Amino acid sequence: MTEEIIIAGFGGQGVLSMGKILAYAGLMEGKEVTWMPAYGPEQRGGTANVTVIVSDDPVSSPILSSYDTAIVLNQPSLEKFEPKVKKGGTLIYDGYGINEPPTRKDINVYRIDAMDAAAEMNLIKTFNMIVLGGLLKIHPVVKIDSVLAALRKTLPERHHHLIPKNEEAIRKGMEIIVKAGQD
Amino acid sequence: MADQEITLMKGNEAIAHAAIRCGCDGYFGYPITPQSEVLETLAAEKPWETTGMVVLQAESEVASINMVYGGAATGKRVMTSSSSPGVSLMQEGISYMAGAELPALIVNVMRGGPGLGTIQPSQSDYFQACKGGGHGDYHLIVLAPASVQEMADFVDLAFELAFRYRNPAMIMADGAIGQMMEKVVLPPFKPRRTEEEIIRECPWATTGRVGMRKPNIITSLELRSEEMEVINLRIQAKYREIEEKEVRYEEFMLDDAEYAIVAFGSAARIAKKSIEIARAQGLKVGLLRPITLWPFPSREVARLSQKVKGILSLEINAGQMVEDIMLAAGGNAPVRHFGRLGGIIPDPDEVVEALRNMF
Repeated sequence: MTEEIIIAGFGGQGVLSMGKILAYAGLMEGKEVTWMPAYGPEQRGGTANVTVIVSDDPVSSPILSSYDTAIVLNQPSLEKFEPKVKKGGTLIYDGYGINEPPTRKDINVYRIDAMDAAAEMNLIKTFNMIVLGGLLKIHPVVKIDSVLAALRKTLPERHHHLIPKNEEAIRKGMEIIVKAGQD
Repeated sequence: MADQEITLMKGNEAIAHAAIRCGCDGYFGYPITPQSEVLETLAAEKPWETTGMVVLQAESEVASINMVYGGAATGKRVMTSSSSPGVSLMQEGISYMAGAELPALIVNVMRGGPGLGTIQPSQSDYFQACKGGGHGDYHLIVLAPASVQEMADFVDLAFELAFRYRNPAMIMADGAIGQMMEKVVLPPFKPRRTEEEIIRECPWATTGRVGMRKPNIITSLELRSEEMEVINLRIQAKYREIEEKEVRYEEFMLDDAEYAIVAFGSAARIAKKSIEIARAQGLKVGLLRPITLWPFPSREVARLSQKVKGILSLEINAGQMVEDIMLAAGGNAPVRHFGRLGGIIPDPDEVVEALRNMF
């Protein structure tokens, strides 16, 4: 199994850290992982994206032409990456950041209103974990337990009390993700 | 951190951790994207409190390389890291070290040029690293890691080679290898050498003259031409020995290959994916990955050129290594180049397309 994922959005949305936790969770399961950010001068408000590959085999190229799954959190990212999802692949988008929804019919499109949910839960900083939960519902690339273990591993001790909130966010994401057009 | 723990980190971070673990005595550097995490990680790890390793942010790249020169002259394991424009600034010091036959490690996490260029990945410093970016007849030993694991592993290897041959060594990575995170097992801890060990292993070093020993003088200056030629000939003989003994490369799916890609560093990773795609389309392609860019695996390329219908040099530049491939292939097989410029990384599909169009 190899899952090639692109996560794209605005800087500050937690795109890179979501990718990192996904990669770390893969590592905890003994999988091969690569986390390749499109680094740049971007800061909050700019564009940010990261390619995460989780595989049972050694990962060849960290740079890809097309993806199994694209998670897009704003309009420019949707425009850039919708055409790059493999036929039969998956596209997940956050309803809040997208004015013109995806149009392709040969891929599976899911919508997750993660920004709204994060605001409702008053947990705006767990936005990316809600999105991650959505992904894990559609594609259980890694187990939730591994994600929680990854959080314990990567978060400084002083933030460990926030792990239950993150778990709550992941479960919320699993709940609210819907196939586009069926909401 | 346990010795054999598998962890996830950036290539730049792996360089820093590996330096601390392999008995490095000093790091002198100046921040520049995309390699700043090397210095940042060292600053966070505070090795001066544990192994006693010096970590110093100099006022410039010129100062850094000359601090490395000074440290190396005393037989210490010293290093610097930078990215392309910073490494250009270091060329004078690097040439002096090659002339004075000093071991040291220089890490170049390349970005696109020329000039200040871009902060995105590139491999356009191949000529600079392999053909002598500074003046004079000299070579660096150049290692090209293609993974975060190799970033960690090559630090100790580069120091070993540098000391074995009394010659500066370079790890030439690029922004992609520096910035990406992968699984890595860090090398086991190796203590810094004691003063006595340094005196024993580096009898040439300026360690402080004791008793009747001849004074050690570290210099690249020799105004008598006859003497300077002797020094040059000795250095050249050393280079021939390195070419004989230290060529390193990896072969991937070459056994039945009709076409070969030659690529190093992150381009080699892309090549592997392109080969998967090409083979699924029935095109038999393999990869030769030079791990040492100097010494270059010329013999292996020559052998390959008698076997395949064409060789594609995949580089993230306008065509530099392709010249060494052509020299080695000696006209036995057509050699073409494909690359992207300005910080754009070629994607696997366009490499397959290039392969189809070029032969």
